[in-house]
Amino acid sequence: MTTLTAPPSRPADVPVPPAATVDPPATGLARAKEWVSDVAVLTYRNLVHVRREPAQLSDATIQPVLFTLLFVYIFGSAMAIAGGGSYKMFAIGGLVTMNLTTASMGTAVGMSSDVATGMMNRFRTLPMSRSAILAGRTISDLFAAALCGTIVLLTGLAIGWRPDHGIVGVVEGMAVALLFAYALSWFTACVGLLVGDPEAAQGVGMVILFPLAFLSTCFVPAAGLPAFPKVIAEWNPVSAVAGSCRELFGNPNPAALSDVWPAQHPVLMAVGSSLVILAICVPLASHLLRKATTD
Amino acid sequence: MTDRPMIEAEGLHKTYGETRAVDGVSLSVPRGSILGVLGPNGAGKTTTVRMLTTMTTPDAGTVHVAGIDVVADPRAARRRIGVTGQDATLDELLTGRQNLQMIGRLSRLSKPAAAARAEQLLDEFDLTYAADRQAKGYSGGMRRRLDLAASMVSRPEVLFLDEPTTGLDPTSRLRMWDVIRSLVAEGTTLLLTTQYLDEADELADAISVIDHGRVIAHGTARELKAMVGGEQLELTLSEPSGVAVGALSALVTSAITTSDDGRTLRAAVTPGAGKATAIIRALDDAGIAVDDVQFHHPSLDDVFFALTGSPAEAAAPTDPELLEVPR
Repeated sequence: MTTLTAPPSRPADVPVPPAATVDPPATGLARAKEWVSDVAVLTYRNLVHVRREPAQLSDATIQPVLFTLLFVYIFGSAMAIAGGGSYKMFAIGGLVTMNLTTASMGTAVGMSSDVATGMMNRFRTLPMSRSAILAGRTISDLFAAALCGTIVLLTGLAIGWRPDHGIVGVVEGMAVALLFAYALSWFTACVGLLVGDPEAAQGVGMVILFPLAFLSTCFVPAAGLPAFPKVIAEWNPVSAVAGSCRELFGNPNPAALSDVWPAQHPVLMAVGSSLVILAICVPLASHLLRKATTD
Repeated sequence: MTDRPMIEAEGLHKTYGETRAVDGVSLSVPRGSILGVLGPNGAGKTTTVRMLTTMTTPDAGTVHVAGIDVVADPRAARRRIGVTGQDATLDELLTGRQNLQMIGRLSRLSKPAAAARAEQLLDEFDLTYAADRQAKGYSGGMRRRLDLAASMVSRPEVLFLDEPTTGLDPTSRLRMWDVIRSLVAEGTTLLLTTQYLDEADELADAISVIDHGRVIAHGTARELKAMVGGEQLELTLSEPSGVAVGALSALVTSAITTSDDGRTLRAAVTPGAGKATAIIRALDDAGIAVDDVQFHHPSLDDVFFALTGSPAEAAAPTDPELLEVPR
């Protein structure tokens, strides 16, 4: 690029180099390289945000520790698990899932902040890829989710949780949970773009994600629930993610005793619903971003 | 060197719902010059800039920047332009340095080139001392400088500044003017919107006056002032007089405006030897006592008032009393 080789300070009277020579040919490969570079730059920028914004940092670090300790010691004290096993062993898979589900709200807040602060306007005047804005946001939130999930697991280990399937099982379980978190990120990106205001996005996200996380088998087995919530919990993809974690970690999974299809095939259900959410929300978020940045 | 203007807009229209924000604006800015776009709030300045800078698609009309059709190829246009909006668009959580580096990378500079350019701009805009502070701690003047620096990262040939000094204290404003002048000295073509008449007068090679989405006048500051005609006379009477206007009318070249308290009269006059004596004599003959007589060159305030019939907003230097007088 000519801009790179231009002298550091142009003396007066020397005209700007003619524009026509500046553009590299817009081949597919060049475009793809530019896209990857834009995504990397924006991912890094968003991660700097996570580190500097106390609320975001606490969501990814302190909140998972708190939730894990509170749920294990408060619920656990009054809980007997069907099919045996301690609540502690049962709970960690659910807590990973619940923390990642609620943490995906961060994407809604991040997207709407970029709209509200005018940063999106700055991006629009740059020769960058528009879709990199969404990719950079969801990827940085995936890193934050990985940190959040890891902290739940470390807290679990510290209080005596043990995965019977060892490190491989833990990695597999985390992979399923992170895929689901990534898909939810695209969903909340849509929420953020629709709402356009960080505080409202946080509110709307809460209203959707909290019931989703709690009407599941994250904290209690479905068997004990009243009829209607029981059906919801059994078919809720969040339950499938929690069940996948428990199975893959090698922890007690009472859902396996149920003959409902998602309970019998938690990994299939979790991965399948993640892909369905992505198939709907990736194009939808791109459309909403285009709409939010065109007038 | 081509003779084609660096910014060419023809017949721009933009309607939002029922509001015709821009209603047929045409502009042309030669390479290396500054066009001042002057108008009150809501005149259509910002919408015009948004159409010129790929942020809004015009309903009708064409825009070429550096010879590129902005509507057909916005991405190519974005490689040539720098834009600073009305509100500083900085990343609050990044440091000044990180902001500039990020913009550099997104403007297709390599990592080392973006880093070098950031250092250079921090130095040029006198922000090196604050380079490692988060932008949220910057003062108003620092934010504007960082914002302007951000729009200069890719050394754009064409720069758009939307009200670059609105809300700045006088010192920061003068400093910003110096920065803008040095940019143009380096060959950048610049379009600047402002609601400050003195700013357009000070910086712009040519001025387009916009009101209600239309260009209502275009020319150099001198040409625009000539439209108002001659010198401006300002008289202060000891007390209001019903016959003063009649006594003066033969000596002035425009309608006479009277302030609310009836003591200050304003009109255009053709300058000439003995003019002040003639005016005072005429008033004295009519039995009117005069406290003060002033002649001044027409300001852009006078121009704006003459063109639109309403005072320019936020035009601090002008006596508001005089501006409220209906013509």
